[in-house]
Amino acid sequence: MSTTTIDDAVAAMPDARGHGGGGPAPIRTVVAYGFWIFILSDIVMFSGLFAAYAVLSGNTAGGPTGLDLFNLRRVYIETMCLLVSSYTCGLGALSAERRQLGRFLMFAACTFVLGAAFLFIEGTEFAGMVSRGAGPSRSAFLSAFFTLVGTHGVHVTSGLIWLMYLVAQVIAKGLSAPVLRRLLCFSLFWHALDIVWVGVLTLVYLMGAR
Amino acid sequence: MMDGSDRRFDDRTPGVEEHESTASYWSYTAGLVLAILATITAFVVSQSDLLWAPGVSVGLIVLAFAQIGVHLVFFLHVGSGPDSTNNILALAFGVLIVFLVIIGSCWIIANLNANMMPMSEH
Repeated sequence: MSTTTIDDAVAAMPDARGHGGGGPAPIRTVVAYGFWIFILSDIVMFSGLFAAYAVLSGNTAGGPTGLDLFNLRRVYIETMCLLVSSYTCGLGALSAERRQLGRFLMFAACTFVLGAAFLFIEGTEFAGMVSRGAGPSRSAFLSAFFTLVGTHGVHVTSGLIWLMYLVAQVIAKGLSAPVLRRLLCFSLFWHALDIVWVGVLTLVYLMGAR
Repeated sequence: MMDGSDRRFDDRTPGVEEHESTASYWSYTAGLVLAILATITAFVVSQSDLLWAPGVSVGLIVLAFAQIGVHLVFFLHVGSGPDSTNNILALAFGVLIVFLVIIGSCWIIANLNANMMPMSEH
């Protein structure tokens, strides 16, 4: 009877890696898969906020409705900022994979500026609503609105902080494998935020401003 | 892709395209164009009489799903190949929970509202 080593198992089943044989998947795949699970759980959390908004959006307590409050021109610019930032983020991750440092830094800067523009527009929208007496305490509709849109905004903010941190890491450590894994997770996060925004745009703004 | 020889059925890394070096810039650009088209269509549909009024919500939801599909395929590179089985299964479970929570909540609360005692006017 011979002892079976992991190498023997790999040799016996070269096709089966990631499906029970041939050893574990590469660390990059494991890390990104774990982060994918986190993103999905984050989206499940958002689904609770979406459900709350959908249920409460009619309960305006005699206060302003979405039709009174939402400025679709601004929302359009906001949406385009986030969409294009998702694009530049993808191109940035790609440049990093190809070890094109200059390109990566340029795309990362674009992503940051567009994300910050999104946040600025959202911030002025919130400030304008609060100053008109339509703050989160005005009605159930506005509580749900500020919770849902605000949570998305908090995610974007943390994404921007994360991006700054990653760019600093790239400059300090170069495009090493661990840094590339972190960048991959960041780009998954940023694309997922854009997907959540599609839901916010449709349910809150486009359906609310009719 | 399926040219046999020594291809291994690895797990696909979420967010990574299969042929990274060849068509990726185009994939992102195509995704951006499609997503912008879907977004503009959604704005137009919501602000015009293009669709029959009671159907606008349905139209907007369909456009949102289309755009989310574009994002998943072109930005997150979730494919249909055997390698992405794990990613797709996780996604399917997430989508199931999302639908249960949102549709379930709307259904239950609509039912409660419909069965509410008439409120007295003060």
